[in-house]
Amino acid sequence: MSTSSDIKMVDTPEGIEGQGFFATKLDTVVGLARANSLWPLPFATSCCGIEFMATMASHYDVARFGSERMSFSPRQADMLLVMGTIAKKMAPILRQVYEQMSEPRWVIAVGACASSGGIFDTYSVLQGIDKVIPVDIYVPGCPPRPEQILDGIMRLQELVKSESVRRRSSPEYQELLASYNIS
Amino acid sequence: MSDLLLPPEHRYAKMIEQRQNEDGSELSILNLGPTHPATHGIFQNILLMDGERILDGEGTVGYIHRAFEKIAENRPFYQITPLTDRMNYCSAPINNMGWWMTLEKALDIEVPKRVQYMRVIIMELARIADHIICNSVLGVDTGALTGFLYVFQYREKIYEIYEEICGARLTTNMGRIGGFERDWSPAAFRKINEFLDEFPKIWGEFESLLTRNRIFMDRTIDVGPISAEKAMSYGFTGPNLRAAGIDYDIRVMKPYSSYEDFEFDVPVGKSGDTYDRFCVRNAEVWESLKIIRQAVDKMPEGPFHANVPDYYLPPKEEVYNNMEALIYHFKIVMGEVPVPKTEVYHAVEGGNGELGFYLITDGSRTPYRLHFRRPCFIYYQAFNDMVRGQMLSDAIATLSSLNVIAGELDA
Amino acid sequence: MALKTSVIQEKLESKFGDKVTGFTQVKDIFSFEVAPEANNEVMRFLKEDPALRFNFLTDVCGVHYPDEQPERQFAVVYHMHNWFDNIRIRFKCFLNGENPEIDTVTGLFLGANWQERETYDFYGIIFKGHPQLKRILNMDEMVSFPLRKEFPMEDGGRTDKDDRFFGRVTDNATQINQE
Repeated sequence: MSTSSDIKMVDTPEGIEGQGFFATKLDTVVGLARANSLWPLPFATSCCGIEFMATMASHYDVARFGSERMSFSPRQADMLLVMGTIAKKMAPILRQVYEQMSEPRWVIAVGACASSGGIFDTYSVLQGIDKVIPVDIYVPGCPPRPEQILDGIMRLQELVKSESVRRRSSPEYQELLASYNIS
Repeated sequence: MSDLLLPPEHRYAKMIEQRQNEDGSELSILNLGPTHPATHGIFQNILLMDGERILDGEGTVGYIHRAFEKIAENRPFYQITPLTDRMNYCSAPINNMGWWMTLEKALDIEVPKRVQYMRVIIMELARIADHIICNSVLGVDTGALTGFLYVFQYREKIYEIYEEICGARLTTNMGRIGGFERDWSPAAFRKINEFLDEFPKIWGEFESLLTRNRIFMDRTIDVGPISAEKAMSYGFTGPNLRAAGIDYDIRVMKPYSSYEDFEFDVPVGKSGDTYDRFCVRNAEVWESLKIIRQAVDKMPEGPFHANVPDYYLPPKEEVYNNMEALIYHFKIVMGEVPVPKTEVYHAVEGGNGELGFYLITDGSRTPYRLHFRRPCFIYYQAFNDMVRGQMLSDAIATLSSLNVIAGELDA
Repeated sequence: MALKTSVIQEKLESKFGDKVTGFTQVKDIFSFEVAPEANNEVMRFLKEDPALRFNFLTDVCGVHYPDEQPERQFAVVYHMHNWFDNIRIRFKCFLNGENPEIDTVTGLFLGANWQERETYDFYGIIFKGHPQLKRILNMDEMVSFPLRKEFPMEDGGRTDKDDRFFGRVTDNATQINQE
């Protein structure tokens, strides 16, 4: 049974505190909320998917990081975890899944195959998912250990925390999406 | 996204047009996959549905085609294991050992008894790991997440044993031509013994959660059945064939790696339905535990690799101090170890059935042709036959119980 | 072993004459060659003959031999297994390099369906009478038959990996260097 000492709270962000009030930037609060409730969309195609199963199962328990709810619908997910080789036949589907996700959306490329094609430098394999969709975090390994996947998620949390609320409407971001032909 | 819709000339389009139900309802098409959460891997099934009932289905595979066979033609023989690892990644060591045995058959290498026993242990552990995934995920698909969370804890223990032996968890790249890269540490044996002591209780509890569970039985009995004749014609092997009532097991038919030294039963089912497949896999885990126990108890002393300096890397201290060893080391590392011209087919009992390696060599440093007989690929084509006339939810359970591994399916 | 390989050879030779040739024992498997037009009959005979009883088609695959004579450039290899006497055999049908065609065996074994499609996908070998002969693993739009020896393993159109950084020099690069 958990005691109150087992429950870890996030640190209070920087702000002004007084009697009965606490003031901070909206960005920080939104970032904090988003970072600690990232809903993953596991896009598992091969070996790394099995390691992700281990990550979400009891031993490693990704739920500890606020990613309790596996969202198998792209519409209600924040974090696309691409795990495994993406063949060229699969690339349009991956792209479609990404397009279906609503903003804000983040992508983690888990494993060597998703990051760069890995050992499969062949006619049928896409050499890294960043050819078709933008990627925020790359997790190396073939396959990565669950600890590494968790590390990737925690680094994404850092990214999410520090992201400006307006980033998604910035011209740089629009340009990035335009370079992938995603509107 | 019009290009993702069914083309108008597709035969289903015509069937929808022709068929009018009495109550005015129409047939519809359901796209199951390629990224459906219930398909555990990526393959597409276009299902023609009449309400909830499946009239017909058409499978599309190849979404994770990685060209193993082409890569294999460009790799030295000892660099094939990274590929076999990633073929059936749920039971990578079986694939690795199968490949080494194929190569040893081509080179006529006798391996020591100790190596054979070690291989048996590692292959049976891999089989348990494979069956844990399949059966626990079948539980998840029929609505019972408990079993999955419970047994995955113990799957980690198997990974820990792998780690102790070779350093990796999933894609083990284990073994060398003629044996293992190093002898197993006492810690490895200790971990295996611990696993053998602890796991039976866990597996017993897992079984008792599902085997006589009324909901689970209702969801799986008579779901996705296949007759023995049909299964045979479709090229079924492994647990799925045994569930249909044929006791075909390569470990018994043509024992490799000293399987003849061990006492074990081959569990068979009767009707070839989802429940039987589940039960056969469950029973196989018990048999595997029995085999591992015997192998650990009877483990002979001796070298952990065959004496084949042409193919087996010499120890590092000899490489630095001994001219001959240095030459061998150089030749092997550079991949200049030609295999005489020959053809071999070797099959092992993989997690899903007969895992065959058909190797043609032409005397050069790479295989001329290497074909993998991938059990998943061959039996998955029966899926549409098995679910025809069933409910959609039954199709999910059937698919899950077939244990189709995308990596193995698509090569 | 109940069934002797000499019996298999005798039976096949008396039934099919010179359409079956090259009987040899390679390692642990008895192998022979079958004329491509007879593959179906031979397989049916192997399957249905009460003494042979090769009831299981283990594997179908293709092989490309570009250096052979034109009429022997492709081979389709069948592995069959007799579960009653536990004996395996392998037979090959050599095909013409220009126009590789062979009859399908899907009528005998349902499992041959996808294996033949895979062989078609990899080698472009046409299986006549196949119910649905189209690509299975690769995209339908693909024009090459990737496992033929003349096609490279790597994707020619890739731009992400600069060969100079991988210690590989392409023909193009050498030319530039020489200039």
